[in-house]
Amino acid sequence: MIAGLSVSYRDILALSGVSMATSCGNRVALIGPNGAGKSTLLKAIAGLVPKSSGEIRWRGTAVRKWSREFAYLPQREEVDWSFPITVRGLVEMGRYPQTGWWRKFSGDDTRAVDAALDSLNLNELQHRQIRELSGGQQQRAFLARALAQEAHVFLLDEPFTGLDRNAAVLLADLLKKLAGEGRLIIASHHELVSAPDLFDEVLVLNTHQVAFGAVTETLTPQLIADTFAIPV
Amino acid sequence: MIEELLASPFYQRALAAAAFIGFTNGFFSGFVVLRRNALSVSALSHTMLPGIAVGILVTGVLSQWNAFFGAMFAALLVGLGSVAVARGKRVAEGTSLAVLYTAAFAAGVAILPKLDTRSELEHWLFGDILAVGNMDLWIAFSIGAVILLATNLLMRPLLLTLFEPNVAAAQGVPVRAMQYLVFGMLVLALVSSLQAVGCVLSVGLLVTPAATVSLLTDKTSALFWGGGLIGGGGSIAAVIISGPLGIPPGPAIVILLGLLFILAYLFSPKYGLLSPKFLRKAQP
Repeated sequence: MIAGLSVSYRDILALSGVSMATSCGNRVALIGPNGAGKSTLLKAIAGLVPKSSGEIRWRGTAVRKWSREFAYLPQREEVDWSFPITVRGLVEMGRYPQTGWWRKFSGDDTRAVDAALDSLNLNELQHRQIRELSGGQQQRAFLARALAQEAHVFLLDEPFTGLDRNAAVLLADLLKKLAGEGRLIIASHHELVSAPDLFDEVLVLNTHQVAFGAVTETLTPQLIADTFAIPV
Repeated sequence: MIEELLASPFYQRALAAAAFIGFTNGFFSGFVVLRRNALSVSALSHTMLPGIAVGILVTGVLSQWNAFFGAMFAALLVGLGSVAVARGKRVAEGTSLAVLYTAAFAAGVAILPKLDTRSELEHWLFGDILAVGNMDLWIAFSIGAVILLATNLLMRPLLLTLFEPNVAAAQGVPVRAMQYLVFGMLVLALVSSLQAVGCVLSVGLLVTPAATVSLLTDKTSALFWGGGLIGGGGSIAAVIISGPLGIPPGPAIVILLGLLFILAYLFSPKYGLLSPKFLRKAQP
């Protein structure tokens, strides 16, 4: 759960008064107009930007800076896909919090990587370079990396952006499956129409928290109009 | 004639220096290629010249350490200065870097000949590997050892940082520290190659080897070790053939490495322009 979270860049308040309580097995959408602080909130939860106030509690204790159980998946265009690494290499990077900086890969590590590749159907692609992947496959490779890390909270920045229809359907099924296995999915999302199909809960942001709750009850036409400043 | 040369301590030192410096720079070139900012490395290398000049000016003596601290100071000044200027939003960062480094380089060219040192300006610009002394050799060796040790110990966090800093930070990697470390080692590598190829050509030694390897393989670790082998082997070979060809050794090193790169670009089995696989793909 998150309590009274605020984030400032220098003197500018980017995000304030965010409080929400959710639990594993849920898919939470962060919705709001551009610049509403969706990415900032994800980064704050992942420990990438300092919190100016408030705290994030996980399993009853406050998360200090980062937690191995949190996995951050950046927007696809922020990643340098020409980096020379195979899909398997990318997934293996997910094990580094477990292996530390020096320890060799053990049987457990290899099994975790194999299992992650397996559950995301990346077995046949594991020796490909990541630059050869399609958008949906790239997204899956990063999900597999988070699985190998044995993360419980998946923080995804605009996972559906730029995916074609089939890939989006596949990703939606995957997120449902991951949540069904008891993981918490928190994802920023810019498309209002599809939100009720893809998520269980929604946090509406506009530099401050507008609303939080079950997606079908929270996303009322009036609230959408107010947040996005569109006439109903 | 070769035997005669090999017996000369100058020549032996030159070959050893070529091996150490070439390998270290070739190894580190893997990071430069992965960081994708070869051009700003070029700016950094030119900036070393005024740094060295000021180092000599302040301390009155020329030593590798003065050169190092001077170069480091100047590189920091120009690097951070260009970021600060670009922050004003009027000027792009590449533009401000270009302005500042050429101005700094010009200042170096102007100051160095006025200083009371034995070496010529040309020595600093293009290097003179035949003039390395025992002390230079030790410094090249130490810098090489430090870089190889640090990069190998910290290979995982370094690669994580270079690949995606945000993801790395979310995994608990001290990203800022890693970035400073890469920058510090970059300046160290540049300073170590000063003696061999000078500040203008040092970029060649610090980019070309791994760039060549990247045309031959997709293995990340090969960028480093392969880059080291190409850098070291290429430098030794260049020093040997430079004599008979009547070319100064510094330029010979960079020319040879450049030729290897072009050969790989054309004939690499996997990605070469003239490889059977690539030609087949290009056909409709």
